[in-house]
Amino acid sequence: MSIDISIDGQVYKARDGATLVDVAAENGVYIPSLCYVRGKPGLGTCRTCSVRVNGKVMTACTVPVADGMDVEVSEPGMAEMRKMLVELLFSEGNHNCPSCEKSGRCELQSLGYELGMMVSRFPYRFPVRTREHAAKQIWLERDRCIFCQRCVKFVRNLETGQKIFSIDHRGSRASIEIDVSLADKMPPEQVREAAHLCPVGCIVEKGVGYNKPIGQRRFEIKSIRERALERKCR
Amino acid sequence: MCADIETILDRYHWDRTRLLDMLWAVQRQQGFVSDGSVAALSKGLNMSRHDIRETLTFYHFFLDKPSGRYPIYLADTVIARMQGYEAIREALEQACGCRFGSVDETGTFGLYETNCIGLSDQEPAMMVDNVVFTELTPEKVRGIISALKQGQCLEEIVNPGGNDRRTTAYVDALVKSNIRGRGDVFFRAGRDYPALLEKVLDLLPDEVIGEVTLSGIRGRGGAGFPTGTKWRLGRDAEGEEKYVICNADEGEPGAFKDRVLLTRSPADVLLGMIIAAWAIGSRNGILYLRAEYGYIKAYLEQQIQAFRDAGLLGKQILGREFDFDIRIQMGAGAYVCGEETALIESCEGKRGTPRIKPPYPIQHGYLGMPTCINNVETLAAVSRILEEGGEWFRSMGTGESTGTRLLSVSGDCEHPGIYEIEWGISLHDVLEMVGAKEPMAVQVSGPSGECASVAQDGQRTFCYSDLSCNGSLMIFGKGRDLLDITGHFMRFFVTESCGICVPCRAGGVDLHQKIGLIIAGRASSEDLDDIRSWGALMRETSRCGLGATAAEPLLTTLEKFPELYQEKVVQPEGVLLPSFDREAALQGHEQAYRMLVQEEKQ
Ligand SMILES: Cc1cc2nc3c(=O)[nH]c(=O)nc-3n(C[C@H](O)[C@H](O)[C@H](O)COP(=O)(O)O)c2cc1C
Ligand code: SF4
Ligand code: SF4
Ligand code: SF4
Repeated sequence: MSIDISIDGQVYKARDGATLVDVAAENGVYIPSLCYVRGKPGLGTCRTCSVRVNGKVMTACTVPVADGMDVEVSEPGMAEMRKMLVELLFSEGNHNCPSCEKSGRCELQSLGYELGMMVSRFPYRFPVRTREHAAKQIWLERDRCIFCQRCVKFVRNLETGQKIFSIDHRGSRASIEIDVSLADKMPPEQVREAAHLCPVGCIVEKGVGYNKPIGQRRFEIKSIRERALERKCR
Repeated sequence: MCADIETILDRYHWDRTRLLDMLWAVQRQQGFVSDGSVAALSKGLNMSRHDIRETLTFYHFFLDKPSGRYPIYLADTVIARMQGYEAIREALEQACGCRFGSVDETGTFGLYETNCIGLSDQEPAMMVDNVVFTELTPEKVRGIISALKQGQCLEEIVNPGGNDRRTTAYVDALVKSNIRGRGDVFFRAGRDYPALLEKVLDLLPDEVIGEVTLSGIRGRGGAGFPTGTKWRLGRDAEGEEKYVICNADEGEPGAFKDRVLLTRSPADVLLGMIIAAWAIGSRNGILYLRAEYGYIKAYLEQQIQAFRDAGLLGKQILGREFDFDIRIQMGAGAYVCGEETALIESCEGKRGTPRIKPPYPIQHGYLGMPTCINNVETLAAVSRILEEGGEWFRSMGTGESTGTRLLSVSGDCEHPGIYEIEWGISLHDVLEMVGAKEPMAVQVSGPSGECASVAQDGQRTFCYSDLSCNGSLMIFGKGRDLLDITGHFMRFFVTESCGICVPCRAGGVDLHQKIGLIIAGRASSEDLDDIRSWGALMRETSRCGLGATAAEPLLTTLEKFPELYQEKVVQPEGVLLPSFDREAALQGHEQAYRMLVQEEKQ
C-alpha cells in the first residue's frame, strides 16, 4: 500500500512498513547511518541515523514508515547530535587513519568526512585493547571496533549457524571476540565478506593488506552519501 | 563430556533459553564457570564457546575464574557511604586478608563491590552466596569472617535459629521488612485468595480488563503505562502462546518495596499474575527475580507450591478450563534487566540487551509471543482492585494518578522503610511523615529520577505528571556532599550500561569524568555547557531508558543546586583549559616514548 510521509516538510510516497532510512534514500534524502546494512534487519546500535519522528528521536534504520509520519532530518540540533555520535565513536577507540588498512574504504571515516567532523569534542580515551591474531585468516584490531554488531549478527558458521564473532563483558568493558576454531573453518570468501562487512578496520583479512592503492578506494571514488543514495544493496 | 554438566543440561532439557539457570547450576557446583564447563555447555547446546561467554560475562554475579570459596559482595551505595561503608570495607580487607577485587591467598574469600542490593533501609549490607548480612559494623564483619574461617557454614551464621528456608521466618532472620506506613491497598492480613479467585474467574476476561481500566491504575515499575490498556492489547494480540511476566528485578538504587511485598504478601503478587493470565489468555508465567534476592527464592517457590496445592495454579484452576503455572527465573546481576525487553532476553538465556522497539513485548515478547510484563507492585494492587472494585481504587489518589503506592525510604530520616502513600501527597508531607532530618535534597526515583531540592520542591506532589516516583526515595540531609553523590550515581550507570549503543556506552563514561573534574576543581564553565549538551544527547538518542536517564543525576543537580557547581568552577588561566593536566600530558608522552623504545629493542 502506498502512503504519504513528510520529511523536512516535503511529502513523499512510500510503501507502508518500509524502513525509514531506505524510504528516505529512495527519495533522494540522505540519512547518515553506520551499523545499518541495506536489506538486513536494523541493528540500532550506532544511533547515527537518529532523526525526529513525530517529535520523538528514533533511529531511521529501525522505524517502519506509517501514513502521515512527520520526519525531521536536517533540523540543526538533530544534525549536530548525529555528528556528536560519530565523534564519540572516534574518541572511544583508537583510530589512526593514516596507518589503517581500512582507510578510504572505512564507513566511520567516510561518515566523519561527510558530517564535516574535524576533531572529536569528546576527550580521547586512548583505551588499551589487545589485538587478537590467533585465527589463521583473520586478525582483530580491537582498537577500531565500534561494537556495531554486524559481525555478531550476520556472520555465522555455514553449517551449524553458530556465532563466530561475539561480544564479551558489557558497557565500556565490552570486547569483540572471535571463536578461533570456527573462524579457521571459514572459507576464504566468507572471510572476505566479514572483513568487508565490518564498517571499520577491525576485522582484517590476513595476507592481503593494502590490496587497493590509496586514492582508488571505495569512498575515495564515491562518498558514503552518494553510495547510500544509489539505492544499491551493499 | 563432563558428567555433571550433562546432568545440568538434562535438568533443563538441553534448552538454550535456560542458559542462565545452567550457568547458575554450574557455578553453585564448582564455584565458578571454567573454560571446560563453557566448552561442555557449548557442545551440548550447539553454540560456540564465545556465544556462551557472551552471556556468562554479561552478568555481574557469574564468575569465569576462581573467585574464592566465599565471594563477598559489599553493596557500594550512596546510602551505605553515609553509614559507615568505608570502615566496613577496611574491616573486610583486614579480616579476609585481601584487597577488594581479589581473592585471599588460601582461596577462601574474594572481595567485590556491587551496586545496591535492595537493602537501603539496613545498610551497610553485603551479599555472600545466596544470603545477605545487614546493618554491618566492623565488629560484626570480623565475627562473620572468623566464624567462616573456623569452618562454620554460612547458613549457621546467618540463620542461627535453623529456620526452614521456605518460610517467612527464614527471610526475617536475614532482613527486616520495616513496614512503617500502612494504607488501604497493600499488606492486608487474612485475605481469602481462593474465594477471590473464584470471583474473578466468574467474570469474563473483558470484564476483568474493564475493572482494571476503570481503576485507572498505571504501571508502578517506572514508565506508568496504564495497566488496563496493556492488558487490552495483550488480550487482542495474536499468538499461539501468551506469557505473563512479573518484573521483580528491582534494581533501582534505593528501591526495596518489591522485596518487602514478595516477603510479606507474595500471594497478592501471585494472584495478580493469575488474574493477568486470565485477562489476556496466558498459560505460562515467569517471575523474574533479581539475584540479589536469592534468599527469598525457596520461600517464593513454597508459596507457588501452596497455590498449586490449593488448585489456584496448574491445570484446570478451580475446576475450570484454565491452566496457568509460574516459574521463577533468577537474574544474575544486571540493572538493565529490569528494562522489560532486556528482561525478556535474559529469560531467554541471553545477554540483557534491550531490544529495538517497536515491536513491543505485548505484541512480540518472550519467545516472540505476546507478553504482558508488570511490576510486582502493579500486580499486587490489581489483586486488590478485583477484590474491592475499580471505583474504590480510583477514589484514592488524584484524577490521573489513582490509588496508592509504596515508597522505599532511606537516607537521613528517623524511620527508613516502606510507606504506603496516596498519590497527591506533597514532598514536604512525606518528609515530615518519615522524620527526615534537616533534609536538603531528595533523590526521587533513584539515580534515574531527579534530585529535588527541599527548599524549592517541598510543595510539589507525588503523581505521574509531577514527582512520578518509581518507589525509591533517598533523603540527603544538610551537610551531605551532593557532588560526591552525583559522581557515585554517574558511576552506577557506567557500570550498568549494557554497552550496545554509543551514547550510553561512551557518553556515560565522559560524563562520569566530567563530574570528577568538577569535584577536583578542574572544570570551567565550558565543562558545564558540555554536560548539558552531552546529557541531552544521551537523553535523546539512547536506545533504552537506562541511557536516556543516565545523565539525570548531573542535569538535575545542576538545575537545582547550581551554586554547588559554581563554587567549584575555575577560570581558565591563559590558553589552557583547567581540565588540561599539563604534568599528566607530558608524562604520557614520556611513557609512550619509553614504551616505543623498549618495543624497538625487543
Ligand atoms: C533501565 C531500566 C530498569 C528498569 N527496572 C525495572 C524494575 O526493576 N522493575 C520494574 O518493574 N520495572 C523496571 N523498569 C520498567 C520496565 O521496563 C517496565 O516498564 C515495567 O516493568 C512494566 O511494568 P508496569 O507497567 O507494571 O510498571 C525498568 C526500566 C528501565 C529502562
Ligand atoms: S577504522 Fe576507519 S576511522 Fe578507524 S582508523 Fe581505520 S580508517 Fe580510520
Ligand atoms: S568487529 Fe567490526 S563488525 Fe564486528 S562489531 Fe566491531 S566494528 Fe562491528
Ligand atoms: S541506553 Fe545503555 S543500557 Fe540501554 S541499550 Fe543503550 S547501551 Fe544498553
